Amino acid sequence: MTESDAFRAEVRRVLETEVPSVLRGKATDPKAHVWGGRRVTFGYPESRTWLEVAAARGWTAPTWPREYGGGGLSKDDAKILKAEIERLALPPPLVGFGLTMIGPTLLQFGSERLRREHLPKIASGQIRWCQGYSEPNAGSDLAAVQTSAVRDGDHFVVNGQKIWTSYGDLSDWMFMLVRTDPGATKKQTGITFLLVDFAIPGIEVRPIRLISGASPFCETFFSDARVPVENVVGELNAGWTVAKALLGHERAMIANFMGSGGRRDTASGWDPAEERLAALAREYVGHVDGKVTDAVLRDRIAQLSMDTLCFQLTVQRAADGAAAGQRPGAETSMFKLYGTELNQRRQELMLAIRGPQALGWEGEGFSPDELQQTRDWLRSRGNTIEGGTSEIQLNVVAKQVLGLPD
Amino acid sequence: MRLALTDDQSLLAKTAAAFAAERSPLSRLRALRSPSDPLGYSRPLWSQMAALGWTGIPFAEDHGGAGLGLAEVVIVTEALGRCLAPEPFLSSVMLAGRAIARAGNDAQRAAYLAPVIAGDKILALALDERGTRHDRRRIATRAEKTASGGLRVTGEKSQVIDGFGADAFVVATRTAGNLGDVGGVTLAIVAARAPGLSVVRQHRVDGRNAAFVRLAGVEVSSNEILGRIDQGGDVLDDVVDDATVALAGEMVGGMVEALDRTLVYLRERVQFGVSIGTFQALKHRAARVFVEVELARSAVLAAARAIDEASEHRRALVSAAKARASDAYVHAANEAIQMHGGIGMTDEHDIGLFLKRARVAEMTFGDAAFHRDRFATACGF
Repeated sequence: MTESDAFRAEVRRVLETEVPSVLRGKATDPKAHVWGGRRVTFGYPESRTWLEVAAARGWTAPTWPREYGGGGLSKDDAKILKAEIERLALPPPLVGFGLTMIGPTLLQFGSERLRREHLPKIASGQIRWCQGYSEPNAGSDLAAVQTSAVRDGDHFVVNGQKIWTSYGDLSDWMFMLVRTDPGATKKQTGITFLLVDFAIPGIEVRPIRLISGASPFCETFFSDARVPVENVVGELNAGWTVAKALLGHERAMIANFMGSGGRRDTASGWDPAEERLAALAREYVGHVDGKVTDAVLRDRIAQLSMDTLCFQLTVQRAADGAAAGQRPGAETSMFKLYGTELNQRRQELMLAIRGPQALGWEGEGFSPDELQQTRDWLRSRGNTIEGGTSEIQLNVVAKQVLGLPD
Repeated sequence: MRLALTDDQSLLAKTAAAFAAERSPLSRLRALRSPSDPLGYSRPLWSQMAALGWTGIPFAEDHGGAGLGLAEVVIVTEALGRCLAPEPFLSSVMLAGRAIARAGNDAQRAAYLAPVIAGDKILALALDERGTRHDRRRIATRAEKTASGGLRVTGEKSQVIDGFGADAFVVATRTAGNLGDVGGVTLAIVAARAPGLSVVRQHRVDGRNAAFVRLAGVEVSSNEILGRIDQGGDVLDDVVDDATVALAGEMVGGMVEALDRTLVYLRERVQFGVSIGTFQALKHRAARVFVEVELARSAVLAAARAIDEASEHRRALVSAAKARASDAYVHAANEAIQMHGGIGMTDEHDIGLFLKRARVAEMTFGDAAFHRDRFATACGF
């Protein structure tokens, strides 16, 4: 038996005997996702067990070094772990921006002290992190951040406001961009990457309500909040470099999510028919032997279905190229742009199919699905704005892929 | 199904691109396009393509071919599409050639397929008629059975691809049933000199070879019936589907070239003291074309492989490839003219050639709407 086989056997043993079987099959169930933090909640009580089992072995952060609370696994062993978890369709033991964003950033740019202080608490699920980037006056133009951090002895005094902080009201710490040199000739060179404990005085978090109703987004207000200078990641005034690296991670994450689309999970990898749309059309509009009777809607479903298929094929093409050792192709740059527009079209088509039944906000005369549809459609309008607007994506394609001049 | 090119395929792409760039510059099209040249393509260049082995790519090794598949075909057709090469690959190789390979007997393959692969004979498939629009079942050309076991064919075929000057035709005739029926279609091989056959050159906007073919009681011997009587429809379906993917590959080549030329223009053209490529409106239009091109490319790659792997989803993928390629090529070609400004509208400039080809290609083997309908049916809604 090889080492890999032994590892796989051990993983399987743990997953089958120590992880509650009720969690099997819940890989994509949001209720089964544990975000951790001081105010952690468990949608299923069994998730607490899975978190503890995984955290004890560092399997929440499989490739992080052991001394930081990770599993210290090689890439191959991490793949084995992932495959075994997928085999039982278990949810990940822990999710959150600590694992996906600030953790890798600290590994890349953080001091040893910061790594030892923060990474184990991320990996154990003890601390939950949020991102403090955007401000009311710094959206697409992120370098225009104005939240100030003024040195006072051993601390920075932070004043300003962050916006679009996902889960800010449930988080314990924030990684943020602050302006430490307002006089810098280039605005990027006056920015510092700072870690902030929400437990300190002077911080207020307020949820933001969207046109679609409640959301995880928050505004975060800083009023003379005193942050230790040791909490700088990287060099003073060199935070933009750290931020860019992290933005790259974020875009890759979104692209990955868009690409997987949650739909190519049939054995043959084929699931093109937007079966939900077709089924919806049959129900709301009518069909003859399965064929949707409204020719215009049928054509729209076919177009969207085709476009979605082509998008998934393009994602697959990029993955196949990467697996074959080829350089990442230009096609990857359009994933976020196209994926989000597809989702908006999908929502609008469902609206068209449901007709006036898609207009409900609450109460009588609307099914729960219909009410959810209304919210999903409204929420989807934000997809082409968040994580880099479509206009920014087009600029990136034009510049980096097509070589058009500035 | 792997969508990345293998090393062999990458090499084929390189050689095809090099050949096209060297031997088929756009400038030669001016002399070839109708009505300047009777044939509309170059027989010598066609022979060179045969010498490279392109004419044998999709045929089995025991038929004298390379034993490769649609995955390789679309690499070659893309190269041809980039330079708008009008040589009769679609007709001789993919349509008539493949029909004979699939349904023909040894004698027919020896007489017709071998010379196609050698580059010596040009064959065309006479399928569409004036009322066909996109429905390949709408065959009115009638074939009556004769006492000697042959057929007598009467009818008219319109816009036969590469029909003028073809040495022989594979004609789709109706031997039974009514217009639009799936069954009752019989394929017949008709030599160019057959009595009762008249072939007139048609002139379409893309300047390529097309013909109007009249059959007035053309006699077809039993030896020249291709496959089984009344069962030509199934052969046609497969052959046309394969040719559709080959065409979609050509269309990807055309749209890529149209975009590349436009990018060059955007960088070089100066107005208001700056390169017009700095204008965000044009950057975004170009980026949109790029997105469309990449999606079409993915569909073509997948459709080709689905055919090669005899996947149960091939019909849907063929339709996705053709629909996407149609919309994307027309879009790319329209945008290319727009972004070239006034000069793009001149006949002297080359960029307008792509729109002309895009439209003809769009209408060949079914337009986007036809294929959306076919895709929906294949997917069960």
